[in-house]
Amino acid sequence: METKMDYEKLEKSERTAERFRKFFTYLLLTFWALIVLFPFYWMVLTSVKSYASYNAEYVPSFFTLSPTGENYREAFTSVPLLGYLGNTVFFALATTALMMAVITLSAFAFARLRFRGRNLLFTLFLSLMMIPNELVVITNFVTITNLDLRNTFTGLILPSVTSVFYIYLLKENFEQVPEELYRAAKVDGTSDLKYLCRVLIPICRPTLVTILILKIIECWNSYVWPRLITDDPNYYLVSNGIQEIRENGFGRENVPAMMAAVVVISVPLIVLFLAFRKKIMEGVSRGGTKG
Amino acid sequence: MKIVLRNLTKTFPGRKKKSREDVTAVKDFNFEIPDGELVGLLGPSGCGKSTTLNLICGLENPTQGQIFFGEDEVTNLAPEHRGVGMVFQNYALYPHLTVKQNILFPLQNRKGKDRLSKEEMEKRMKEAARLVQIDALLDRKPGELSGGQQQRVAIARALVKMPRVLLLDEPLSNLDARLRLQTREEIRKIQRATGITTVFVTHDQEEAMSISDRIVVMKEGVIQQTGRPQEVYDDPANLFVAKFLGTPPINVLEGYVKDEKVWLAGRPVLSARGIPAQEVLVGIRPEGFLLREDGPLACRMERVEVMGRDISIVASQEACREGGIRAIISAESAVDPHASSVRFAVKPAKAFLFEKDSQERIRARLQTEE
Amino acid sequence: MKKRNWKAWLYLLPSLLFLGAFLVYPLIDVFVYSFEEGYNFASQTYSGTGLYNYSYVLHDTYFLQAVKNTFLLVMITVPVSTGLALLISLGLSSIKPLRELYQTIYFLPYVTNTLAVGLVFMILFQKTEYTDGLVNLLICSLGGSAVDFIDGPYWAKMFVLCFYTVWVVLPFKILILTSALASVNPDYYKAARVDGTSRRRTFFRITLPMISPMIFYLVITGFIGAFKAYSDVVALFGTDLNTAGMNTIVGYVYDMLYGDGGGYPSYASAAAILLFAIVLTITCINLLVSRKKVHS
Repeated sequence: METKMDYEKLEKSERTAERFRKFFTYLLLTFWALIVLFPFYWMVLTSVKSYASYNAEYVPSFFTLSPTGENYREAFTSVPLLGYLGNTVFFALATTALMMAVITLSAFAFARLRFRGRNLLFTLFLSLMMIPNELVVITNFVTITNLDLRNTFTGLILPSVTSVFYIYLLKENFEQVPEELYRAAKVDGTSDLKYLCRVLIPICRPTLVTILILKIIECWNSYVWPRLITDDPNYYLVSNGIQEIRENGFGRENVPAMMAAVVVISVPLIVLFLAFRKKIMEGVSRGGTKG
Repeated sequence: MKIVLRNLTKTFPGRKKKSREDVTAVKDFNFEIPDGELVGLLGPSGCGKSTTLNLICGLENPTQGQIFFGEDEVTNLAPEHRGVGMVFQNYALYPHLTVKQNILFPLQNRKGKDRLSKEEMEKRMKEAARLVQIDALLDRKPGELSGGQQQRVAIARALVKMPRVLLLDEPLSNLDARLRLQTREEIRKIQRATGITTVFVTHDQEEAMSISDRIVVMKEGVIQQTGRPQEVYDDPANLFVAKFLGTPPINVLEGYVKDEKVWLAGRPVLSARGIPAQEVLVGIRPEGFLLREDGPLACRMERVEVMGRDISIVASQEACREGGIRAIISAESAVDPHASSVRFAVKPAKAFLFEKDSQERIRARLQTEE
Repeated sequence: MKKRNWKAWLYLLPSLLFLGAFLVYPLIDVFVYSFEEGYNFASQTYSGTGLYNYSYVLHDTYFLQAVKNTFLLVMITVPVSTGLALLISLGLSSIKPLRELYQTIYFLPYVTNTLAVGLVFMILFQKTEYTDGLVNLLICSLGGSAVDFIDGPYWAKMFVLCFYTVWVVLPFKILILTSALASVNPDYYKAARVDGTSRRRTFFRITLPMISPMIFYLVITGFIGAFKAYSDVVALFGTDLNTAGMNTIVGYVYDMLYGDGGGYPSYASAAAILLFAIVLTITCINLLVSRKKVHS
């Protein structure tokens, strides 16, 4: 009988401890979620406050009852925001498209074709992953300048159309496709290129889509190279645009208009993320790093 | 330690989007495991045997019903307070710890007055290791051991706490066929030596039959039959149990009872006194056939498989629903493999009658038809 | 066979060209640059070879300030972000309801433009003539006094920078650690429960060793990433980082190359190589330490 009492007490104390743990876990998680979300909330909120009311608030209010679209109009008219967006979309799409073609061809060669020195060359490729961008950017800058390609899309795009890491990722994926399929295609007299387009690419589409999205995100956020290579606002990407807006745009005081620009720049990526959430997170956890 | 399971029921909330219905893993489970016995929970995958084990262990709490260890009710008690040792299917040995550290792990968890001295722990660890004969491997990591050795380490880790109850989840499924035979002997020996009440789960009837004191056959969360292995084999409660136990499996033929006789393919095969006329299923164990030239059961001979000690005759019969009939007879019998037909008599002790619809056993005193 | 050999190289040609022109050649060239003294960008001539560029960079107060800033940033953000990510991931993996929602929210900073959101942080922390900024109001309401985090004292600027850096790098770390935690076989935890292992002990003796390779991976990539900090600094403090006293090594490289004080690829090269040497050394030390501690 005595042991039975003990057991009951044990059960009870454990349940209480469990409840406490749950509570603190949710508290911590919610706290950080708020820290993450707050800047987004603040930028949207500020972007719909009018210039006058924003400056009148010494203590900023946490909501507004009279949202205005004025700042968005301002953002699109007084600075060439639309131009920045257009440039970035073009840059992102062109770079990504070119890169997809280049890496698919290379990954296929490494995964399926046999040639002398394949393993050696692949090892060399992998070792290239260790080269930090900061080292090579200097010479690239000089090269592009000497080729007179500053302030051109060619100059912007060229250095980032290969990625050793994505070649590696894709090669691994190609190799998972049974080699029998390749042999069967050979027996049927299918050419390599046809096999690549008709068999490998459709099978490996999920990986290709992941790479595509990750590259677009990377392009959308790229800042350093565009900054070095462009000083003509006609070629600015959004990152440089935002920096330009901050330093010379609406004047430092027009915060609401600035925030409107920030919202416009952030929304496309957030939409892309929410649409492809699973794919992006899976792709990143497979080895993407920021920057 | 005697274990009593009373009206145990476990339901899981439905996970599929379409059917929100709860899934019943274990239904109204009543069983008493006598102190010191080795009990095998047996059934096809998904029959609820692992859930039952987890309920005994305390990793899951029952939806209804009670569990007693001896006189203590432990129904909702956390596993660490139950004094159970568990061996997991994949052994769950910590890969970063050596064998010795793995075995010591449960002892090091204890706090306060339960904590043993260093020497005592060492002694207990050595004892457990000796019991399962891994004393030579103490400084290795689990990754450097074979499957059988890992299994022993897992058992040692479960035993070192001197548990009241030892639970094994599919203990042999990760071993190759030869090791399986050897290891099941080991388990039996260790259980005998320690006298700890032991429950293990398996889907392999041969494994369960060979080492258990008692088996529990389950299907879809419901106990089908319990008892000593030979009793269950010789006296199955229903067609499911009859089919599940025994390799090669029992032959099932369609027949009927008329005039207190069992008829197969239009001929009386056995007499069944006191059974009313009805359609029945007749289960005949492979060893239940006698090769007789004047036997009542005529079959078409398909082939003869020689297995050394025995031979097995594969034959077809219109009464047999699924596949052919397989009969195992002594290799000394003279069988002409080129004959086109073969005739059998049936041993009454090896044949069982089942109701056609419910597939429940019809208990009858079967006798050879004169 | 010969023909196939030839064809394979054709497939590789584009990537070989691009990698050669924009990765291999520049890598060699950067070393060449770093030894060419008195390089003149316009005429592309140089006066001699030697170590002068390195010596110049090492004696440049801006560079030393950048090194100090970078080291501070690394030493603060790497442990803080890794620890915080571990805490949050543990929390995430222990709950069921709302888990996906939290995961999605936590990942948001990863897909945002660093420059754009940096602007929001600037506004939150900045003290101007019009307003003290939200963070300062919060500090005041808690009894502190307002500080300008953007143009004010060094520690305040460093705090914002570290805070923003942690905010930016956390999504990646949380993601990696949550999937590392999820990949630990639940049987280990069940076994630990049956054996009555306390939560603390379960964490330190089972969870931590099991995910240690991933933590180690995060520490290494975290070090490398933090040493290369640049765009988040620009986002907060603008492009003129030297004046703000908040420059980083990478920022110094770019400033030397281009911008107001730019036009010195030789100095930039020397600084970049120094950075690379520092990162390499730290990574090697990390590898040596982990060799002893990390279970694999």
